[in-house]
Amino acid sequence: MIAHGEQPALRAASVRARGVPPAWGVCAVLFLLGALLGSLALGPVAIGAGPIAESALAKLPLLHIRSPLSRVEEAIVWQLRAPRVVLAAMVGGMLAIAGSAYQGVFRNPLADPYLLGVAAGAGLGATVAIAYAAGGGEILPLAAFAGAVAGVAAAYALGCAVGGAPGTGILILAGVTVAAFMTALQTFVQQQHSQTLQSVYSWLLGGFDGATWSDVVLIAPYVGVSASILLLHRRVLDVLSLGDDEAASLGLDVRRVRLLIVVAATAGTAAAVSVSGLIGFVGIIVPHTIRLLVSTSYRAVVPLSLVVGAGFLVIADVVARTVMSPAELPIGVVTAFFGAPFFAVVLRRSRTITS
Amino acid sequence: MSTVLEAHELTVSFGRAEVVCGLSTTIRRGEWVALIGPNGAGKTTTLRALAGLIAFGGIVLLEGRPVATTSRREIARQIAVVPQHPQTPPELTVAEYVLLGRTPHIGYLASETHADRRAAARAIERLALRPFSERPLGSLSGGELQRAVIARALAQEARILLLDEPTSALDLGRQQQALELVDSLRRDDELTVVSAMHDLSLAGQYADRLLLLDHGRVVAEGRASDVLSEATIGAYYGADVRVIHEDGGVFVLPRRAARR
Repeated sequence: MIAHGEQPALRAASVRARGVPPAWGVCAVLFLLGALLGSLALGPVAIGAGPIAESALAKLPLLHIRSPLSRVEEAIVWQLRAPRVVLAAMVGGMLAIAGSAYQGVFRNPLADPYLLGVAAGAGLGATVAIAYAAGGGEILPLAAFAGAVAGVAAAYALGCAVGGAPGTGILILAGVTVAAFMTALQTFVQQQHSQTLQSVYSWLLGGFDGATWSDVVLIAPYVGVSASILLLHRRVLDVLSLGDDEAASLGLDVRRVRLLIVVAATAGTAAAVSVSGLIGFVGIIVPHTIRLLVSTSYRAVVPLSLVVGAGFLVIADVVARTVMSPAELPIGVVTAFFGAPFFAVVLRRSRTITS
Repeated sequence: MSTVLEAHELTVSFGRAEVVCGLSTTIRRGEWVALIGPNGAGKTTTLRALAGLIAFGGIVLLEGRPVATTSRREIARQIAVVPQHPQTPPELTVAEYVLLGRTPHIGYLASETHADRRAAARAIERLALRPFSERPLGSLSGGELQRAVIARALAQEARILLLDEPTSALDLGRQQQALELVDSLRRDDELTVVSAMHDLSLAGQYADRLLLLDHGRVVAEGRASDVLSEATIGAYYGADVRVIHEDGGVFVLPRRAARR
């Protein structure tokens, strides 16, 4: 059965793992750039995408391009719209890449940081800040971040206490348990301070209203470090897709790897949530769309999730602020409105794959 | 021949149940040892303990070093495991799957080098999988898939191969081919093979030494002609068999009691 015949030997160069297919990579980047430009251009004051692109290039050194925008237009684009657009892109990219990593680490198509306590924890933190610190203010993002990290930490600790070496199923159950408990606390605090209902509710639904460059600066280090760590783990996530046992027999310290990826994804998500509120579905629908359209390998799913997630949330934010302008839809409503029907399709499809 | 793997008083418990109790054995370089025994005898658990994949009592020495304190990566460079039911993500190509076998040689966050691709290409050639290298695993037949799994283990370039029921999913011809293949790999690359096996006739023909386990203990050990007797098999498998010695081989045939 080991017959070689006359054929030339298999060339090493032809034995390779598919990463991001170049055409899809280009499409994803164009999608993001288009979303960014369109989002900068759309608003109550009409400013063309072309001049905005020129104005952006004018900010680069050595090019000697003069911005065609007036000073007011410059301010509208770069001080009002740009921080909001950039923040939406960072949050969307972070939620999507963290979702893809969680799905890999837990080998569960429905896993994302929200499921393991990020959402409930951040909700509790934000509610406490709004209720006891007079509307939250500066403290709100910090409280949401702390709550989110505490939620996942509690879930992880509970998972470890149950099994010693937490398996993926145990951890998810622990996350659901912790989330239920924290949601109960959150509801209680909210009931006790019913005058805050409106602001708690609008925070929970998420949004980028009033985003500033300082929000961007606040979360950039977390998102940057977290996304970089996850990007570096894309091959490791493929190894984990063989199951804990086989990944271990291939030399991975599975528990340590899982903890590292969970910590990175959680910290980034917690930072994103702290400035944006709870924006659902991004971490689920973006990675799954990529799996359906491009490839199930994490070498493709992880980097594409970052780019496509960013573009997706930027577009969702445009919808949120233009559809009922001058009023704003909560962005959570937009992502869920598109996300829920899409999710139904993914579920149907994943059932046909697994059965 | 030098010792590559040895177990002293190996014990594995799941909760209160002792699945392996005080197993001791010494495995020499280039040897093929088959673990046989009825269902639940502890064959798979023994293999997993030898590879350091589960917690155990007693001592397992890999090239003289305790497995319990050796890093996962170091073990993986010396021991490749072919599980009975490997996870084979259906959309992964054969080439990608075999490349994953290089994991213990690739830096934690690095990607494959040319040397890794070459090793994977060699393993693919070796198992005659070249026509399939770009095919997704989901499109392969049982025999082809089994070869892909062995190719992944081979790409690992480990000196010890642990096989858990390597032929259980294969038809008669594929079973023979797979075992012949393992044997030729063993001879060419001086591999040491430890396999859990159900089929006693095949175990007897391919392995140098059989270890008969029952309730986690070694109850018989030695060459096929010594271990495979009608009395022993009757006692531990509860099976009525005929054992035929022919052409230097030992064949175990199940026999139905005559009906009255």
